[in-house]
Amino acid sequence: MTTLSTADSHEHEHHDHKPKGLMRWILTTNHKDIGSLYLMFSFLMFLIGGAMAMVIRAELYQPGLQIVEPNFFNQMTTVHGLIMVFGAVMPAFTGLANWLIPMMIGAPDMALPRMNNWSFWILPMAFSILLSSLFMEGGGPNFGWTFYAPLSTTYSPDSTALFVFAIHIMGISSILGAINVVVTIINMRAPGMTYMKMPLFVWTWLITAFLLIAVMPVLAATVTMVLTDKYFGTSFFAAAGGGDPVLFQHIFWFFGHPEVYIMILPSFGIVSAIIPAFSRKKLFGYSSMVYATASIALLSFVVWAHHMFTTGMPVAAELFFMYCTMLISVPTGVKVFNWVATMWRGSLTFETPMLFAIAFIVLFTIGGFSGLMLAITPADFQYHDTYFVVAHFHYVLVTGAIFSIMAASYYWLPKWTGHMYDERLGKIHFWASVISVNVLFFPMHFLGLAGMPRRVPDYALQFADFNQLVSIGGFAFGLSQLIFLVVVIKCARGGEKAPAKPWEGAEGLEWDMPSPAPYHSHTTPPEIK
Amino acid sequence: MSNNTQSSKAGLGGSESADTGLAKKNKRLIVRLFSIIAVMFCFGFALVPLYDVFCQVTGINGRNVVKSDAPSVLIDRTRTVRIQFTTSVAPGMPWQFKPMTKSIDVHPGENKVVKFSALNPTSSKVVGQAIPSVAPGLASLYLNKTECFCFNQQALDGGEQVEMGLVFFISTDIPKHIKTMTLSYTLFNVSESVAPAEIAAL
Repeated sequence: MTTLSTADSHEHEHHDHKPKGLMRWILTTNHKDIGSLYLMFSFLMFLIGGAMAMVIRAELYQPGLQIVEPNFFNQMTTVHGLIMVFGAVMPAFTGLANWLIPMMIGAPDMALPRMNNWSFWILPMAFSILLSSLFMEGGGPNFGWTFYAPLSTTYSPDSTALFVFAIHIMGISSILGAINVVVTIINMRAPGMTYMKMPLFVWTWLITAFLLIAVMPVLAATVTMVLTDKYFGTSFFAAAGGGDPVLFQHIFWFFGHPEVYIMILPSFGIVSAIIPAFSRKKLFGYSSMVYATASIALLSFVVWAHHMFTTGMPVAAELFFMYCTMLISVPTGVKVFNWVATMWRGSLTFETPMLFAIAFIVLFTIGGFSGLMLAITPADFQYHDTYFVVAHFHYVLVTGAIFSIMAASYYWLPKWTGHMYDERLGKIHFWASVISVNVLFFPMHFLGLAGMPRRVPDYALQFADFNQLVSIGGFAFGLSQLIFLVVVIKCARGGEKAPAKPWEGAEGLEWDMPSPAPYHSHTTPPEIK
Repeated sequence: MSNNTQSSKAGLGGSESADTGLAKKNKRLIVRLFSIIAVMFCFGFALVPLYDVFCQVTGINGRNVVKSDAPSVLIDRTRTVRIQFTTSVAPGMPWQFKPMTKSIDVHPGENKVVKFSALNPTSSKVVGQAIPSVAPGLASLYLNKTECFCFNQQALDGGEQVEMGLVFFISTDIPKHIKTMTLSYTLFNVSESVAPAEIAAL
């Protein structure tokens, strides 16, 4: 090790030394390279999962079966969900964490760079396995991304083992990524960077990483039980052998509910960086943001059964889970209040990141409200398994998580590439997205309230008009994302030179570094004010 | 920390003493985090027995019917509870399986016998296992079975028909608001999971 290090320090005289070509990316242990890999991979998955959504919306454009077989339709809804959750949103956040956390806390790199390389490179393997199962005889997973037993055990296609292994590998990847984030944040902060001085993106990721460490192993246990139930004759979820299918739902949602916060907490951190920057004010209520995030994370462990109100739980349990769920809107409300209070009397400008951040606040709040409606147990008996649920989780995941990722990309692109992105194209992308996404998801609320069930390839005639509108919104939203691709490619290739701090009101150590950020971050610890 | 430029390549192993200190700190933290992961993985599996115990204590999933050794002696004649019986067969089970009594009114504490009929219309021997479920789930805490065909696996030769008995009583402490309860049996084909020697013994 010692000799290697000496040789290395010599090489680092040329600051940006790195291997060239493909091997640079395969062997890289650099947090920025790995962050870029994560982000590119996530966008690729976003396009693949999006293409599947287009198949779904094309089939639902009219009542009746037009384009695909029902079984293939089910595979599309399942794999769309799996890819968007595990392939698009989670890797995008991990990519942002890789890029930003070392820069934000004044560290030279992530704490465990080699593990970092692995946690990324096993992801493409996992998704190749998952996607290849679609081409096998009997088809890929068709039981919904929640893979409820017995759909995933007794009635699942032969390729289910591949689904299980793909989930295992994705889980290992997220766990390794989370460990890296925790170790980096706890051990690698520059002198003087106390916990309560950390940017909120770092805070929210620290909490997210602990959630990942706590619940991804439970997911691994769940899929292992599905595997042994299907192939090795165990009866965890089979009533015939003394098991219980409802148990599956308990274990799955014990993972599943913290998982949905894993997909939104880093968004809170992103928005808490962008809103103050373009309001030219300090974030209102920093410490209350930290405590609110922590309480959301803790509450996420005691609300899982609100996904299961219709399984016949006793009234006492339904009330408990209903009240706990509603309690979550208190810390979330604190956050929304703080963002709005930050903007209050600020000198606002509306560059693309700010537009996405404001859209996030408004539309995520709509998703939060429909979540509150779903939390009301008696009302949930009507909404359960309808398009109302689909509308709810797409508002929190697309206009919530994905809009925040878009906002983050625009906000930090100048730092990553050293060039300003095309503001005009960015604005076009924003307006095309924000209009189409509402045409896409808002009518789903009405479809759900009118009783259209989710995960169906065909539907009753009275739903035809709204479905057509939804599909048109869907196609428009899908196409709008190609504008984003153009913006990023243009920005990576050239454009107006970005200053170290392109946003007047931006705060944080990353803006003290030149743009593009040097290959190695803070080689000497920065001074913390 | 100051000489940490090589950490992107050297990972945990640095040459400076500050780096060794950091490597040690990292290692300690990683070991702790991995033990949380191991614990949570086991917790996933531990939920299985925990769930069973929880359901047994609270009776919430309606599967835990009380096995009673002795018949009831006290009878509460001031009220009656209606018990409905329903049956189904799981996919892959060829038997015809019906309750011979659809519904019965009993006083809490009263011992009752009801019969279920099962017919194996195939030409070969099939082993079945009945799984009970009670709705509303909480009522299962008050349903006591002294004898039940569901306690054992049942084997029927091809073409054979049997009447299977259930002896039960309702506890006298059943809450007043439970006026009706439904006992459902689902019959599963377990021939494949039973060894041939055991089938012969049944």
